[in-house]
Amino acid sequence: MSNPVEADLLGSNGLDQSSCHKAIDQIMSHDVDFADLYFQSSQHESWVLEDGIIKEGSFNLEKGVGVRAISGEKTGFAYSDDITLEALLRASQAARNIAPSNGSQNCSTFHSNAITHRYGTQNPLSSLKDEEKISLLRATDKYIREQEPSATQVAVSLSGVYEHVLVAASDGTFATDIRPLVRLNCSVLLEQDGRRERGSAGAGGRHGFDFFLLEEDGLLRYQQLAEDALHMARVNMQAIDSPAGTMPVVLGSGWPGVLLHEAVGHGLEGDFNRKGSSTFSGRIGERVAAKGVTVVDDGTMDNRRGSLNVDDEGTPTAYNVLIEDGILKGYMQDKHNAHLMGVQPTGNGRRESYAHLPMPRMTNTYMLGGEYSPEEIIATVEKGIYAPNFAGGQVDITSGKFVFSSAEAYLIENGNVTTPVKGATLIGNGPDVMQQISMIGNDMKLDRGVGVCGKDGQSVPVGVGQPTLKIDALTVGGTA
Amino acid sequence: MQVDKVLPQSQQIVADVLHLATQKGATQAEASLTKVQGIAVSTRLREVENVEFTQDNTLGISVYVGKHKGSASTADLSQEALSLAVEKAIHIAKYTNEDECSGLADEALIATEFPDLELYHPIALDTQQGMDLALETENAALSADSRITNSDGATFNGNIGASVYGNTHGINAGQASSRYSLSCMVIASEGKDMQRDYAYSVNRCFNDLNSPKNIGEEAAESVVSRLGARKIGTQECPVLFSKEIASSLFGHLVSAISGGALYRRSTFLLDHLNKPLFPEWLTIQERPRIKRALASSNFDHEGVATQDMDIVQDGILKHYLYTSYSARKLGVQTNGHAGGIHNWLISHSGHSDKDMLAELGTGLFVTELMGQGVNTVTGDYSRGAAGFWVENGVIQYPVHEVTIAGNLKQMFANIIAIGKEKELRGAVQTGSILLSSMRVAGD
Repeated sequence: MSNPVEADLLGSNGLDQSSCHKAIDQIMSHDVDFADLYFQSSQHESWVLEDGIIKEGSFNLEKGVGVRAISGEKTGFAYSDDITLEALLRASQAARNIAPSNGSQNCSTFHSNAITHRYGTQNPLSSLKDEEKISLLRATDKYIREQEPSATQVAVSLSGVYEHVLVAASDGTFATDIRPLVRLNCSVLLEQDGRRERGSAGAGGRHGFDFFLLEEDGLLRYQQLAEDALHMARVNMQAIDSPAGTMPVVLGSGWPGVLLHEAVGHGLEGDFNRKGSSTFSGRIGERVAAKGVTVVDDGTMDNRRGSLNVDDEGTPTAYNVLIEDGILKGYMQDKHNAHLMGVQPTGNGRRESYAHLPMPRMTNTYMLGGEYSPEEIIATVEKGIYAPNFAGGQVDITSGKFVFSSAEAYLIENGNVTTPVKGATLIGNGPDVMQQISMIGNDMKLDRGVGVCGKDGQSVPVGVGQPTLKIDALTVGGTA
Repeated sequence: MQVDKVLPQSQQIVADVLHLATQKGATQAEASLTKVQGIAVSTRLREVENVEFTQDNTLGISVYVGKHKGSASTADLSQEALSLAVEKAIHIAKYTNEDECSGLADEALIATEFPDLELYHPIALDTQQGMDLALETENAALSADSRITNSDGATFNGNIGASVYGNTHGINAGQASSRYSLSCMVIASEGKDMQRDYAYSVNRCFNDLNSPKNIGEEAAESVVSRLGARKIGTQECPVLFSKEIASSLFGHLVSAISGGALYRRSTFLLDHLNKPLFPEWLTIQERPRIKRALASSNFDHEGVATQDMDIVQDGILKHYLYTSYSARKLGVQTNGHAGGIHNWLISHSGHSDKDMLAELGTGLFVTELMGQGVNTVTGDYSRGAAGFWVENGVIQYPVHEVTIAGNLKQMFANIIAIGKEKELRGAVQTGSILLSSMRVAGD
């Protein structure tokens, strides 16, 4: 076998493509419409520096196979962390019981399509020597302490994942992928006159660890992150109570795109729309956002955290337009929901691991840029909030209510950004807020590669992005 | 899973792994092995939707070579993978720095008695039975009110588990456990308004789950009550946290008084030991060995024996929550909180749920919180909320799309009543909580 993933996940376990055929045929002896096998192995490594020393390191190993059988709207699922023919057939027997034993179909002949590679195949865990990983953590710590000798706490963590996945399905899909993913985070705690504030920053993507040693805006990337963490802590040290109430809000570019992820992203996932449980259900072709607003989900961006060559069902990822000039164009789909809704899968079928069922999920979700400079946008606000950095968010896709919490924010007074204010939760209704977008910046950018999206208890890495945006009215949950 | 066979097998694996670690040069080592097997059966719109068979194994090992630590874990329990995990952990310990505070918990604190906490109540996991329960639950919800127009379904989960912890002080102890849950989420609509809500029951004994009828009807009642929700004006007013969400306030306390946050100086409750934090009548008792309770355990994640503790007495904070590492960093002894808390019992002020509404008088009754807007370093609190507007103790209309904000330290001091009807489905057992005032942001 020349395919290294096939060799790792099948060959080294005494399996081959015919074993996959055999398992799927066994499932198809029941009356199922579709079946797939998802083999996965992953290695995860992490290192933590705290109090100036390398405090912890860990290595995690996972492998297994998940077996799914679909009959109409019903799904049977079983998995095993033991990849053997016996375990595979046992899981297949459990999963097929979702349907009665009068199946008449067979597994189609496997075919592999050439895939476009969006990221390298090198194992990031060996992209730097262990000594060099340690040096990177130490250099980040040293940089922060040099910039701010009085820092109370500095913590730096580095993690990398190397994953092999292989999908074999009854529709003939046979796909493999090699997925590297790295991340560097740093946080700093400052103390001043009895007040303590923390700042943090992180970055990553589908790279080797050397990504953090490259130059970004005149500094090495890890230095840039250190600067950002320090900046956030210093700003928050000066922050006054945030105002409370409904007011204009200007969101910065990049990571504030978590707005889109919560306000529209989840609501446009195919499963919710098939079930009619989303506030966006049945609204394709309708205006769901202000004119000028175009939102896409794009799994094809090079080296991005949310990118995939193929999704977890073997479908190539794509550039999917969700909202175009304010009009709802389409949903994100996996195979199951696409089939039931009579549309094509969009490359959004994702799962946390072999031990979880795939669902429609986002990849990199962002809004295209507009015509205004950030300064022009801020200048139009008499009294409001400028929020360039956020923590997480959450949405109720049925009512459309969503929240996201600012991590760095300022008052806007008479068109100028003035005093920093404390972090506050912003709350709105997805469709309403999207209609309230009145100005779109020309500075579209993606986040630095730290997003984790949770749905039904499953976490997957994602990207978000947007240009600077003005929302005419949004509720800000401050105390002042 | 035959737990009586799996437990000794797991203990043997843990013993082997510890032995291997010692052979490879570890001066101390600890390992845990957890095996969980279960089923999850869900229905939607009165049809079976998913049937999942779950089976999860995780072995975690930490080694100490002198005062250098390394860790590894594996879901693959083959001899080869176990050896690799040990080797990786030893390898990592070559690169971590010497840390005076690292190492196993002190031997004298390790649990030596293992009374039966009655955490294991196995039943034969039967998917047909699970389907029947889920169908009955969802049906009860869908039939309860004509405004319930759609469903996110009902789910039955049954899990049995066997977990073992061992370290080179000699402890190698197993614990079998079971956990069953039945839940339901339905959608109600009226005009353009669409709302969802859920209800659930969770218990270590299958027979003690709430009935499908009760769970379905509770979900139905909750979701219908949300229809017609509106925003309210930005204001300062009293806020009542329903008992279902009130435990989150004590969850923030847990984060703020944990040893890790203390030695990092990243908590607003630094230097608060033996100081008043709550009203005088409030106590928090930790009772780790309540039979059948969800957060019961004879020992923590480091093998340290758990003990009864009064975390808050007469409103005064009496204990921080330490692990062996954070305790050494702070020059004290661990009190068994590696891995979290064990059954917190919060005292109450004698009020029924109805009395609590009367005590609220005119203000916001919060039944749902959204988002993560809590800063443990400063205590600043700002979260999305939904619930009901109450006037003179009577619910007026549902409220949504508002935030509530304050500072946790002030919020703890502002507790004026806690209901006597308690939420029992988590590690914190508390009634509803009334705060004298919070900042509500809306229109």
